[in-house]
Amino acid sequence: MTTTVNTDEIAPAVLEARDLTKHFQARGRGAVSGGRRLARPGKPGPVVHAVDDVSLALPPAYVTSVVGESGSGKSTLARMLAGLITPTSGELLVHGKAVAGRRRRMVEYAKAVQMVLQDPFASLNPIHDVRYHLSRPFLVHGLADRGPDLDAKIASVLERVALTPADAYLRKFPHELSGGQRQRVAIARALAVEPQVLLADEPVSMLDVSIRLGVLNLLADLRDRERLAILYITHDIASARYLADEIVVMYAGQVVESGAAVQVTDSPAHPYTQLLLSAAPDPARATPVTLRGRGSPPRALAPPSGCRFHTRCPHAMAICAERMPPAFPAGPGHVSSCWLLDAGADGGLREPGEER
Amino acid sequence: MTGEALLEIQGLCVDYGLGPDAVHAVDGADLVLHRGEALGLAGESGSGKSTLAMAATRLLRPPGVITGGDVRLHSDNGAVVDLLEADFAGLRVLRWSQVSLVLQSAMNALNPVFTIRAQLTDALTAHLPQLSKRDRLARAVELLEMVGISGDRLGSHPHELSGGMRQRVMIAMALALRPQVVIMDEPTTALDVVTQREILEELKELRDQFGFAILFITHDLSLLIEIADSIAVMYAGRLVERAPAASLFKAPRHPYTLGLLSSFPPLHGPRIPMTGIPGSPPDLRQLPSGCVFHPRCRFAFDRCAAEAPPLVTIGTGGSRLVACWQQAPDRPVPAEIAAPEPDQQLLPLTTAPAQKETTPVTGAASAATAAAAEHGSPA
Repeated sequence: MTTTVNTDEIAPAVLEARDLTKHFQARGRGAVSGGRRLARPGKPGPVVHAVDDVSLALPPAYVTSVVGESGSGKSTLARMLAGLITPTSGELLVHGKAVAGRRRRMVEYAKAVQMVLQDPFASLNPIHDVRYHLSRPFLVHGLADRGPDLDAKIASVLERVALTPADAYLRKFPHELSGGQRQRVAIARALAVEPQVLLADEPVSMLDVSIRLGVLNLLADLRDRERLAILYITHDIASARYLADEIVVMYAGQVVESGAAVQVTDSPAHPYTQLLLSAAPDPARATPVTLRGRGSPPRALAPPSGCRFHTRCPHAMAICAERMPPAFPAGPGHVSSCWLLDAGADGGLREPGEER
Repeated sequence: MTGEALLEIQGLCVDYGLGPDAVHAVDGADLVLHRGEALGLAGESGSGKSTLAMAATRLLRPPGVITGGDVRLHSDNGAVVDLLEADFAGLRVLRWSQVSLVLQSAMNALNPVFTIRAQLTDALTAHLPQLSKRDRLARAVELLEMVGISGDRLGSHPHELSGGMRQRVMIAMALALRPQVVIMDEPTTALDVVTQREILEELKELRDQFGFAILFITHDLSLLIEIADSIAVMYAGRLVERAPAASLFKAPRHPYTLGLLSSFPPLHGPRIPMTGIPGSPPDLRQLPSGCVFHPRCRFAFDRCAAEAPPLVTIGTGGSRLVACWQQAPDRPVPAEIAAPEPDQQLLPLTTAPAQKETTPVTGAASAATAAAAEHGSPA
């Protein structure tokens, strides 16, 4: 089911994903799950539904945040958007033009879309210094000549991530930098090719608490100053609320709700978003937590029929197990895939079903 | 607010390495855990919070060296044991039966080649050799069901369980001998928020039921404020503040606590730009002079760079401790770190922090078993 994102007042998307789907074929190498053999050796096994029919638009100067638990498909989505893995179906459009072809176009695509990974301890090579890391994108993309030109460009990209004076960092190796500085170098490396889209997959979750906001503020800065389209992937809905213009909530490979960040967090329409918000740490919480929808996400090998949340949903109705809900409007620019919002259906609010 | 002292840590110093190159990971930490209390220990990575807990229970591995201090455990048979002086045999009796441990990564803490049954019954075999095999099995099933896992999963190997279930198994194992103190080192950090919340709720119920004290170590101060009775904040190996959870949240007294609190974006209210704390945590090999926080502190003045502030009691009630020169009586205190103490009766309900019901569990009916001498191998 397609969940389109409202982009009425916003500039046309730089990068757009339409109905992106990624299914991983489990190979029948005698793989066993939960005591059951998935397939005979050599035969193709069942399919892992990692991402199903996700549509997303990333406009310039705008932070879109994808929020979900582990296994919700948010990283697979980012890897498809970055061109690292090929979608099973669906298409990617850059400035409205479909991205086609393979390897040869990849360099061109990478110039427009760059990615920052979660762990700056692993994404920087420990045997190379900062200068080497930052010289690679310029040289690979032919954007600078070796010599003073390259040096000037490296210094300027370090400045853009507030690592100044640049000379103090050029000869440093990753182990000589703090976590926050390392992540800034990783961001600088992504910025070197002047991309229009920055995909940030959990960019702060490995960092110390006191320096996370510094990196989030840097991303907000890049959005405002350089009009970058940023995809911020996180499991921390509070940080998404802080940074993002729009929040997209994923569950079991599908988008269940999307809308303006504050609206989604202040008046969540989907029972899963409500569950996430009630479970999130909140020192200002006035009442004890009541979790409505205990349990864990379904196995991606055999997602439930209909709405994938219906097995946990406190409001589940008969229709939820039968048909997948389309995106219903839940407010201005706010959509949620939940049958509770189906105005055409009779009855209005339903009795909450069995609580799990 | 809670019972008498259970675990007293005084002036504990821990180094990594020896001689002039030693890194001072914990420097003069004073901490008291009371009976039935949930004490949160907050701090960033490298602040020494895990080292402190490991050293206090003598689980510290080389090159960690305890260079000073006192750790006293009030055992449930009335004896006071000096944990730093205790010999190996003495520690072996105390561990698990009096003090148990839940680690962050259950995948690594559980042995992948043994079933849950083998790992759950191992501690029972070691500490309670008089139990028959049938009783041990029954107790193992009881423990699993206590943490919400069906008893028939006893034959599972760790890889057959989800992350949340593995962490629940760890908690069940920690509670197997009804210890008085459970040390939890980032027990829910690797889990999703919904699972984390479920486990925290179960933990609260178990604590109400059995009355053990928890030392809960985490970097997530916002979580700690919800679940702990009182909170101690560590920075660069030193305790900088200790206060009841609600007071710490509403009226932090140390600039570092204030900075940490403003590093967690709120889930409600208008979105306002926040700054976190400028700079990064110091290199423990080259600590700043005086107060270790002064290079990142916006209230720092000349005394902060010269002298290290001691951890002293401030205000009335004796429940607040802070190590900051700004709180010294001879100076006006900056308004940000002088917010009035929350008076819980005057607070409007909507802004009241989550109130903990501090169930004073006196004489916690623990340990049928404490004195049981054991000679088996610890699990």
